[in-house]
Amino acid sequence: MNSTILDYIQNNKDSIFNEWLEATKVNADERVTKVVSDQVYIGTSREFIDLIISNIKSSNEEFTSKLSDFSEKIVRLGWPLSFVTKGLQTFGKIVFEDMQEAGIVTQENQMKVIYEFDSWMTPMVNEVVNMYSTTWERTVSLQKIALQELSAPLIPVFEGITVMPLVGTIDTERAKQIMENLLNGVVKHRSEVVLIDITGVPVVDTMVAHHIIQAADAVRLVGAKCMLVGIRPEIAQTIVNLGIDLNQFTTKNTLKKGVEAALELTSRKIVNVEGAE
Amino acid sequence: MENQSCVKIINEWDIVAARQLGRNVAKELGFGTVDQARITTAISELARNIYLYAGQGQICIEKIYDGGKAGLRIVAVDSGPGISDLRQVMEDGFSTSGGLGAGLPGVKRLMDEFLIDSSPGTGTDIKATKWLR
Repeated sequence: MNSTILDYIQNNKDSIFNEWLEATKVNADERVTKVVSDQVYIGTSREFIDLIISNIKSSNEEFTSKLSDFSEKIVRLGWPLSFVTKGLQTFGKIVFEDMQEAGIVTQENQMKVIYEFDSWMTPMVNEVVNMYSTTWERTVSLQKIALQELSAPLIPVFEGITVMPLVGTIDTERAKQIMENLLNGVVKHRSEVVLIDITGVPVVDTMVAHHIIQAADAVRLVGAKCMLVGIRPEIAQTIVNLGIDLNQFTTKNTLKKGVEAALELTSRKIVNVEGAE
Repeated sequence: MENQSCVKIINEWDIVAARQLGRNVAKELGFGTVDQARITTAISELARNIYLYAGQGQICIEKIYDGGKAGLRIVAVDSGPGISDLRQVMEDGFSTSGGLGAGLPGVKRLMDEFLIDSSPGTGTDIKATKWLR
């Protein structure tokens, strides 16, 4: 790093910062300004500039750890990546133009300074983008795991009766899990009847129906009976429109009715206790 | 066109995005819950076909107005392998992937109008319309 540029930035830190703040404020879209207050905005911006400057001064490791902290903070604030990279570019541009005005950059050394600048800025931009995407990737993968955990639970409700409530979109991966959990659970709980509740499934298309039918078939193979409950009126209509044949298993519109039917199948019923307070 | 919005179908989760878009537009136009379910199911079928058979493509949702009528049109375009026998795919129970084979004929029944244009090697273009009653 060229020491003249370094000295210049350090000496004019405040004026550069103010100029930078003005320039980025124009660029900042609603997404940035809406989510954070002015104070947080200025505070974070100052941190951002400090970070850029510390890149010049401090060692590489120190900078990397600082940068990762900062990236995480930015992601939490919900600032778009383009804003950060643009901020870096703007910073470079301001410093360069100011130095030109101050006469430090002249016609002769222009190319050299630009080259120096570029070799300093480019790795930093790369680092920021890299950090950013790593943070996002981690968030996404964590969410994926969280989603998988609540994917397809099997709940034993009575002796021999288990319920699998399905909530949300069913994709191929989840369909596989449903099938696995269903079969393992049926064997483990010694279920006679399994109720699949689709109240929380927003769309039942042919693929979802196909997976459910396959699961029911498999359940039948291990010796239990499968019931489909929680069919909303609009879902019933689309199933009929699609021409999906669900004749091979019992269907009920609510889980309550399903449980009653399942008890009946296992020769039991729910009765009111006489004489109870 | 301002009445049109599109979703690119590249992975399985884009199907959900397309569906969401369709549901929102259907809601805006004032479709009832049953028709909303029909429209989203139709989008789901078409988007899944793109994902399964063509690999990638695009689903566009258009608001259309004809005389006093308003409606929603789903345009599904891909440049995949195409369909060689259109009559066959419109038959119930025909599937090349071991599915139920109710997808395309199902979409035709879910919607009011259905247009399919496809030939091997050039991809598939499907337009399905639902009118607001």
